Amino acid sequence: MTVKQISIFLENKPGQLAQICKTLAEADINIATLSLADTTDFGIVRMIVDDHVRGCEILRNAGFAVSETDVVMVTVPDSPGGMAALTEKLDRAGADIEYSYAYALGQGEKAILVFRFKDNDKAIAALKQD
Amino acid sequence: MSYPKLPHDVNSPVHPVSAMDYMPVEQLRALQLHRLQWTTKYAYERVPLFRKRCDEKGVRPEHIKTLADIKLLPFSKKTDLRDEYPMGLRGADMDEIVRFHCSSGTTGKPICIPNTLDDIHVWQNGAMRCLAMYGIRASDVLQVSYGYGLFTGGLGLHYGGEGMGCAVLPTSGGNTERQVMLMRDLGVTAIACTPSYFLRIIDEAKRQGVDFRRDTKLKHGIFGAEPWTKEMRDAIERETGIIAHDIYGLTEIAGPGVAGDCDEHNGLHIWEDHFYPEIIDPDTLEPLPDGEVGELVFTTISRCGTPMMRYRTRDLTRLRTEKCPCGRTMRVMERISARSDDMLIIHGVNVFPGQIEAGLLRIPEVAPHYQIVLSSSDTLDIFEIKVEVSQEAFSDNIAHLENLKRRVLEAVKSIIGLTPKIILVGPGTLPRSEGKIRRVIDNRRK
Repeated sequence: MTVKQISIFLENKPGQLAQICKTLAEADINIATLSLADTTDFGIVRMIVDDHVRGCEILRNAGFAVSETDVVMVTVPDSPGGMAALTEKLDRAGADIEYSYAYALGQGEKAILVFRFKDNDKAIAALKQD
Repeated sequence: MSYPKLPHDVNSPVHPVSAMDYMPVEQLRALQLHRLQWTTKYAYERVPLFRKRCDEKGVRPEHIKTLADIKLLPFSKKTDLRDEYPMGLRGADMDEIVRFHCSSGTTGKPICIPNTLDDIHVWQNGAMRCLAMYGIRASDVLQVSYGYGLFTGGLGLHYGGEGMGCAVLPTSGGNTERQVMLMRDLGVTAIACTPSYFLRIIDEAKRQGVDFRRDTKLKHGIFGAEPWTKEMRDAIERETGIIAHDIYGLTEIAGPGVAGDCDEHNGLHIWEDHFYPEIIDPDTLEPLPDGEVGELVFTTISRCGTPMMRYRTRDLTRLRTEKCPCGRTMRVMERISARSDDMLIIHGVNVFPGQIEAGLLRIPEVAPHYQIVLSSSDTLDIFEIKVEVSQEAFSDNIAHLENLKRRVLEAVKSIIGLTPKIILVGPGTLPRSEGKIRRVIDNRRK
């Protein structure tokens, strides 16, 4: 399933992430998961929120540089081998992963993987072949 | 004295105040000599410091027989105005003085310039000739967002605008939200402010959802009081669709309206019938011929309140030798992108902030906001440039941002030959201007 991810430019200085989270909290927007990518002096925080349209707008108005990206969410069993089966399938299809992060739903039930593929459509097609 | 004939064209859009701009050169030189002789005599009689310095050099006013003889006269500098603060260089009697302007500079005591009513009129004439040259007419609405007060920017353009018959909107600086609102609501067609403050206005307009092309009638920007680059002009014009004009002036000589650029946008015509320019070698103090780069020196040849004799501006430029295609005979100086005071020495290399700006603005994704930060490590200078990532330029891709950083570095490096550390910062995080902006933070141990 394709969803919108919010990416936010992060300066390398203390309190930046806290400010982003606080801005979203005050607007009552829930962060489902997030991931940080960083270089020596700046970073990008990527997150999935429950209302990306409002999330983007609120962060933009607060002065952040924000962009939206389509990512693919895949649910796998939260048990050993769950990820392995999936990545094998992607590998066979030649889907090129740019980045990925994950979160678990409940205790040992399901895990959700978030992928950004070089070609999302191609990857989705591969995942659907069962 | 008779006014010169205007270029013969019945449809000529030339405004009457521009008549002097086209004066035949021989007539202009004769007028300048006459005024220089008069001013030298006046200052010699009335300004003790000038008289003392002339006497030390053995120069008398009657030694000025040609314009070239100006080189016999002593220079004056900003420090003279500080040393003689508040009014040691005043020429006119107090009952002739109608207004003071002061400039604080960045350090120490202010300087104070007393003006007579005639001085104000000469200055107004200069500002009007600039506006007329830009194509501004009585039908225009001119928003003056330069500070009003001791600073000459606000009142200078105000009087110039009123002289032209424009509807002047004296907003002064600050309250940017209201500036944008009034600009849109009153159909402002021309704005005068520092280029850095105009960037602030662009930001605020964006915030309010005001599109310059769609929502305003703004056609002209009159920018000065700060060194700015051609690249900054291009960025402003691209962003807003206005024509950016350059205006030059300094409190010591009058204020904005000493020089301005014509439609060629290739340097500024100096109103040298009032403000006589020279270029000197700042080391040997010898006059340099037109065409060579050196320090700009002005002698006011029709001002009485504070006659400035061979005043060293610290601005580096050259006077063009070729005739301007616009037909004006007043000499053209290249735009000032460097003041000798602004020069930075980094790793032993001379760098002007304008060079860095020119490099940065070659990269279209970079917002025209930057800050140069210098600090010291044990033995070396640490040279950093903070650059704002604009909303538009930001993408989810780290490689893309790294690539942007590398391109900025290459652009700057190709001009100054040094390798600064480029730091990307979030949009709107660098300080914005309320008047004159400070883009260099030098924390190095002195």
